[in-house]
Amino acid sequence: MRAAVAAHVHDGDTVVIEGFTHLICFAAGHEIIRQRRRDLTLCRLTPDLIYDQMIAAGCAKKLVFSWAGNPGAGSLHAFRRAVEGKGGGPLELEEYSHFGMVGRLSAGAARLPFWPMRNYMGTDLPAANPRIAQIDCPYTGERLATVPALNPDVTIVHAQRADAQGNTQIWGLLGVQKEAAFASRRVIVVVEELVDERVIRADPNRTLIPGIAVDAVVVEPWGAHPSYAQGYYDRDNEFYVKWENISRDPAALARYLEEFVYGVADRAGYVARCGGLEGLRAQSRVCAGVNYGY
Amino acid sequence: MTAAPPPYTPAELMAAVAARELRDGEVVFVGIGLPNLACNLARATHAPNLVLIYESGAVGAVPERLPVSIGDPSLVTGSLMVCGMADVFQCLLQNGRIQVGFLGGAQIDRYGNINTTVVGPYRHPEVRLPGSGGAAEIAIHARRTVVISRLSRRAFPETVDFITSPGHRSHGHTRGELGMPGAGPVKVVTDKAVLEADPESGELVLAALYPGVPADEVRAGIGWPLRQRPALADVAPPTGQELHLLRNVLDPDRLYLKG
Repeated sequence: MRAAVAAHVHDGDTVVIEGFTHLICFAAGHEIIRQRRRDLTLCRLTPDLIYDQMIAAGCAKKLVFSWAGNPGAGSLHAFRRAVEGKGGGPLELEEYSHFGMVGRLSAGAARLPFWPMRNYMGTDLPAANPRIAQIDCPYTGERLATVPALNPDVTIVHAQRADAQGNTQIWGLLGVQKEAAFASRRVIVVVEELVDERVIRADPNRTLIPGIAVDAVVVEPWGAHPSYAQGYYDRDNEFYVKWENISRDPAALARYLEEFVYGVADRAGYVARCGGLEGLRAQSRVCAGVNYGY
Repeated sequence: MTAAPPPYTPAELMAAVAARELRDGEVVFVGIGLPNLACNLARATHAPNLVLIYESGAVGAVPERLPVSIGDPSLVTGSLMVCGMADVFQCLLQNGRIQVGFLGGAQIDRYGNINTTVVGPYRHPEVRLPGSGGAAEIAIHARRTVVISRLSRRAFPETVDFITSPGHRSHGHTRGELGMPGAGPVKVVTDKAVLEADPESGELVLAALYPGVPADEVRAGIGWPLRQRPALADVAPPTGQELHLLRNVLDPDRLYLKG
């Protein structure tokens, strides 16, 4: 992880650590904090705790997003303080809706300059974000909204498994991991398990990102905690609830980073320091295979 | 002689009223909280063929525990389909296949516009709210939307500070003028009454009072002079079966049924 972040994540980069609630690579975010990256443009549909932590750690110059809350638990307070001018800023914002972010990455993955959608009419989002534009359809004359392509410098994908070439298999909520990876200049895949190429070849429909789109593969069990990996471990909902009080108090947040990010060498150290993560281990709900024969 | 209906809380009636709005076989975008309870209550009662879709990509989810977020792993296990978010927003929502969407928010105004973005000016907000998520496009594309929100003058101002999700009239323009495919918020389910949109003006008007609630109490929680329908509809209290399902099956820990 240390080598992958050192090689592929630079100051000033546009960074995507995706995963919609599922497979969010906290391990990579923490390593980026430890290596004290600065002036990053952080992009995710939902910043989640990981970007709240990176904002608090001073890594971020700008946030590109569509929903910045902590569902059921409260707020992302480092994000809110920065935007409300109460400390930790300035933080530039470029705000969309979920569909807008999906469109940006879809355009990026297809190497198109923009993505059209029937959206945003009657909303104040275009007034807040002049990068949301409009075109008249050249075929029908209908006025459509457009969002610009997003081509990140580096995308970090957490996955259940991949082979050494980076052929990456993901199941459960897929989010926009595929689009983000294809749109990105560099891709780091972080996995719970490294598997033999034969495992990948036995179920090619499950491969979401091919090795030809991947620059580095890191093996990091528990790499998504407190997020989850379907089939490996549950979401640590208790921690997400705890974040409300940790993030609300800048001193508590700083202590959290000292203890769990700066104070450990790596994810293995983090897991040991957390203790008790085995309680989140997933139950077994294995599916039968399908017949790929012909 | 009929027995008096069992006592119930406002949240329980809100869930029951929202559930009754759903028709069997409809395709519904589900959120967390009361909308989730309403959808599952409807499935367990009059709408067993309701299809629940989460904007996270889980289609036909049948979670074995109450999900705390729309990305909960229990939504995946045993669902009909899990797809990427691009497919949800393009092939399901923009495609016109979502019949009902649930919305809620910090502010809802006279024309059903909803604000989940900022209180105060956008560049220097007093309160920075989470933002749209999928709400902007759901408000535009769902065939109709149902809003669930407790009444207060702060939550129901005459005009929202920021339109995240457009209602019936946005900056003077109607949905039709703006080319929005969906019908917009047809019902606002509050803790004291149901509001519906006036077909002419697009403004939210009082359509039904909850049992025992006077109209003045509703007006006290609305930030504009609330008009009302000439004949208000009745709202039946939750039935024993609805309460049993809500209290004992769907939300036994009162995660969302508080108050």
